[in-house]
Amino acid sequence: MIRFEEVTKVYRGTARPALNSVSLEILSGEFVFLVGASGSGKSTFLRLVLKEDTPSTGLVHVLGHDLGAISSRKVPFFRRNLGVVFQDFRLLPNKTVFDNVAFTLQVIGKSKGFIHDAVPDALQTVGLEGKAQRFPHELSGGEQQRVAIARAVVNKPAIMLADEPTGNLDPETSAGIMALLERINANGTTVIMATHDAGIVDRLQRRVIEVIGGRIVRDERGGGYRTQVIPVVSQGLGVDAAGQQ
Amino acid sequence: MRLGLVLNEVGQGLRRNLSMVISVVLVTFISLTFVGAAILLQVQINQMKSYWFDRAQVAVYMCTEFSTVGGCDQQAATADQVALVEAQLESATLTPFIDAYYFETQDQAFANFQEQFEGDAVADLVTPELLPEAFWVNLFDPTQSDILADSLGGLAGVESIVDQRSYLDQIFNILNVSSLTAIGIAALMLVAAALLIATTIRLSAFSRRREIGIMRLVGASNRFIQTPFIIEGVVAALVGSLLAALAVVAIVQVFVQGYLAETLPLTSFVGLSDALLVVPVLLGAGALLAALSANVAITRYLRV
Repeated sequence: MIRFEEVTKVYRGTARPALNSVSLEILSGEFVFLVGASGSGKSTFLRLVLKEDTPSTGLVHVLGHDLGAISSRKVPFFRRNLGVVFQDFRLLPNKTVFDNVAFTLQVIGKSKGFIHDAVPDALQTVGLEGKAQRFPHELSGGEQQRVAIARAVVNKPAIMLADEPTGNLDPETSAGIMALLERINANGTTVIMATHDAGIVDRLQRRVIEVIGGRIVRDERGGGYRTQVIPVVSQGLGVDAAGQQ
Repeated sequence: MRLGLVLNEVGQGLRRNLSMVISVVLVTFISLTFVGAAILLQVQINQMKSYWFDRAQVAVYMCTEFSTVGGCDQQAATADQVALVEAQLESATLTPFIDAYYFETQDQAFANFQEQFEGDAVADLVTPELLPEAFWVNLFDPTQSDILADSLGGLAGVESIVDQRSYLDQIFNILNVSSLTAIGIAALMLVAAALLIATTIRLSAFSRRREIGIMRLVGASNRFIQTPFIIEGVVAALVGSLLAALAVVAIVQVFVQGYLAETLPLTSFVGLSDALLVVPVLLGAGALLAALSANVAITRYLRV
């Protein structure tokens, strides 16, 4: 479903690579946590999956497409298979909840009839049936994130990318969002979630990929936020060592 | 559905950037008015050229008592010399080129002069003796005046041979320079218009960067994202072009036909039909300019 082969990404004007020869494979239907300090390369990983960026070297395969070979004209059509959620929700403030979700479908040319069926469906999935005509500023943070998730899933994507979706939310609200993401995953959507929230990672016991200084240092199925094998102290040294490279 | 959505976006963009849109309208209006005026001036020049050059004559001036140039030595041309020139004009070598000619005596020249400069102080100073006798020659091909100069130039009693086209050329040069100036100003203004349209579109895109970000994220095609901006630029420029077209038509109708044609009834001027031919040119140029610069602007904006 997603395969990285020796992927290195160096941003222009920086010497240290954001990702350093990363190879991994994520299978269909998996739920993957991407953990690591800020600036460790999690967001770069997500950007490469979305083809918002191209790797400096190496190959990225997503959904059977070699993203290095895909023409820029076809990139939008490729992205229709992915849903994305951000820490800051990115809703359009002048549109209602319904219109925010419908916007996604309008701009990819779906028919009015399809939109009128699909949007209420998606809102029901995230538990916001009654709030379709509210504006984002009238909603709580958790509800706004639910709208963003509804927008990401309304087109039934095969992959969902979530970049710290609970970063702005309190633990209780976060738990609700996580339950929602688990339900979406249970319906067959592959979910990749970058996070700093140790509690969530520890509780869900899913596949955990830990990135430090652009390298994958751990890829553990059923893992926690901190690995059980290596003590916390020596991992701190590992961060320092990576920083000095 | 999609068309409605696109047009809705266009309307929003135009309203949100109203001041920039107005400046685009004004700049395209002024620049295309200059373009239209330059085109019509060229049409006018060509029209006058074909009218006047066909009527331009070659004058063969004979000597007067006062002339010192050419084959003259302060002696008026004799009747024999006049007859010799006339014989040359009738000769087999020259007749194929000559359509018609007539002889103007000093008295006739004086009468013409008095009529032409009526009320002018110079009319009182001139006497018939000062004005030369002349043959006025119409050539079949007005560009071949050199033939007359070659065959008659050396004859005794001929003061000079003047092609009227040389006077006309000066007038047309002045008109040409003014039309080139108009084109130059128009070109500068068009550059300004293109840059202004590009800036407006970038601004419009910036004010909608949230929407654009989400559109790109969820996989709206580039064409779908770009089209509203291009239409926005084209609409603004078309309003300016339309104003320019109205201005050009008004200039022709009110100033050229209403004023110039009344004042100079013998000259033919560009008419409404010429102005209406210019209108689609202006509209097309405005739309094309806007589409190109908006396209470049939005493409570059989206790439970064």
